[in-house]
Amino acid sequence: MRLFPTLLAAGAALLLAACSDEPPAADAGAGSGGAVSLDPSSVAYFQQTVGDRVFFETDSSRLTPVGQATLQRQASWLAENPAVNVVVEGHADERGTREYNLALGARRAEAARAFLAAQGVAANRLRTVSYGKERPEALCSAENCWSVNRRAVSVLAGAPTS
Amino acid sequence: MIRILTAALLVALAAALPARAQTSDGALEITVAGGEFKPISIALPGFFAPPGEAANLAAQVREVVIGDLVNSGLFREIPPGAHIEQIVDFDSAPRYADWQAINADALVTGFATIEADGRLSVRFRLFDIFAGGQAEGLQFIAEAGDWRRVGHKIADAVYAKLTGEGPYFDSRIAYVHESGPKGQRVKRLAIMDQDGANNRFLTDGRSLVVTPRFSPNDQTLLYISFERGEPQIFLYDVGSGRQEILGAFPGMSFAPRFSPDGRQVALSLEQGGNTDIYVMELATRRLSRLTDSPAIETAPSFSPDGRQIAFESDRGGGQQIYIMPATGGPAQRISFGQGRYGTPVWSPRGDLIAFTKTSGGQFAIGVMRTDGSEERILDSSFLSEGPTWSPNGRVLSFFRESAGANGSASLWSVDITGRNLRRLPTPGAGSDPAWSSLLP
Repeated sequence: MRLFPTLLAAGAALLLAACSDEPPAADAGAGSGGAVSLDPSSVAYFQQTVGDRVFFETDSSRLTPVGQATLQRQASWLAENPAVNVVVEGHADERGTREYNLALGARRAEAARAFLAAQGVAANRLRTVSYGKERPEALCSAENCWSVNRRAVSVLAGAPTS
Repeated sequence: MIRILTAALLVALAAALPARAQTSDGALEITVAGGEFKPISIALPGFFAPPGEAANLAAQVREVVIGDLVNSGLFREIPPGAHIEQIVDFDSAPRYADWQAINADALVTGFATIEADGRLSVRFRLFDIFAGGQAEGLQFIAEAGDWRRVGHKIADAVYAKLTGEGPYFDSRIAYVHESGPKGQRVKRLAIMDQDGANNRFLTDGRSLVVTPRFSPNDQTLLYISFERGEPQIFLYDVGSGRQEILGAFPGMSFAPRFSPDGRQVALSLEQGGNTDIYVMELATRRLSRLTDSPAIETAPSFSPDGRQIAFESDRGGGQQIYIMPATGGPAQRISFGQGRYGTPVWSPRGDLIAFTKTSGGQFAIGVMRTDGSEERILDSSFLSEGPTWSPNGRVLSFFRESAGANGSASLWSVDITGRNLRRLPTPGAGSDPAWSSLLP
């Protein structure tokens, strides 16, 4: 489990990136990943340099251009690490009802999964699960937290942690 | 363990009630709509009992009765210090003038004994002060450990007689107990009496659980657990503690609700990111598909006659409430107000649908008629969600969650008139209440 301050910083960077429509991981990678050398096949590298998550607008499961770029990098990484499988977790912010948000989280996970599959990741390496609004990462009740909670996170199985 | 709870009619002490001050169904005239509301004034002198265990139980049963009636918002207790007549004999008629003088509408007297077999027997009489007669007289016999249920049964009898509404105090609420930080909530299935007593936990918190739902005719619950990774519907028998997964579904299964006869379950299945509504026959586990669209269709709730299903769908662009035949087919949208509408729950009386509304950054609990008209908002907050009906369709319970990193969930109830908003006592935070039917 990541620490909250780290998360907020990452979220802010991603939001900035989203505004300028540039890949967020380039900035995040230069700042944090650059200092420590990570095993490029590790979970940490995937999370920090490739980017393990994409974000959504309110009540939407449409992939943004930034999100598509992140998923393209994920697909390339997965092509280079064929032994690793992925569970795509779909999440919603707290501003919807519980059951609707489970369905919305499933839509978001599927949007990311389908994109990865279209990029050539074998379907049997990809699973999805929705957490609805049950597992927020940013805890405040404001848009800057909600925007990073509306997410699909690619969780790796079978890769070294760092 | 089988518990026995029997009721017997007591012989009336006075002539049958005259029709004065009575509606055709035997209830006192109480105005429940509009601005002017006067609760029924009720006096409950200490219950009679021989000294010892029966006396203790008599006092405790009486407290349960008073708690139920006062918490319903429809009654006011006249404290014993204000009583003029001191009742000395359970089997004598009261001096009505003495009770009229303190503006009592009704008087309840009780008499508790421990039977030879150790069971608790409580007799009570309800007197209509203005009509001047006994309106009800019953005896309940139960295991002594069930004394709270005896209190609820007496309160239910008094409430039903005086308000003309169906009883609801002898019922339970299942809910999700919450602990731990907001990002890593520990959620446990819990159950308690309607008044918050006898709380117990049904799951240990190792798996995330949400949205328990009661069977209409027994103590079976449906709920969602993440114990297998993906959210799936489980059945839980409150009596035996046995649980089983409802079915082996290819994707997520959630949003279950029993049909009124308890034989079917309406539910949502998700496949490839798309959520539709199905009905499963419990005996055969046979599944029928009711909706088939790329929209999110979930939160199905049967009408009490079992012929229709209210549900939510975003097929029109945003989350709204629709009604369709219980066998599927064309659906009609019924919510047209500002904002999004979800979690429709059909009243056991059939006349209203309760919902959660999201509008202007607030969440609200409301009711509307089944054609969508006469919308009334009963509670509004940062997050108010998930209404559930009391067995008589008179009260809604729901949960609120406060904002921020330290926000927490709490259970509430409100009268369908919008009065008597109350926080329900739970040991810690609670969400997703599910009200049971009346216990047998």
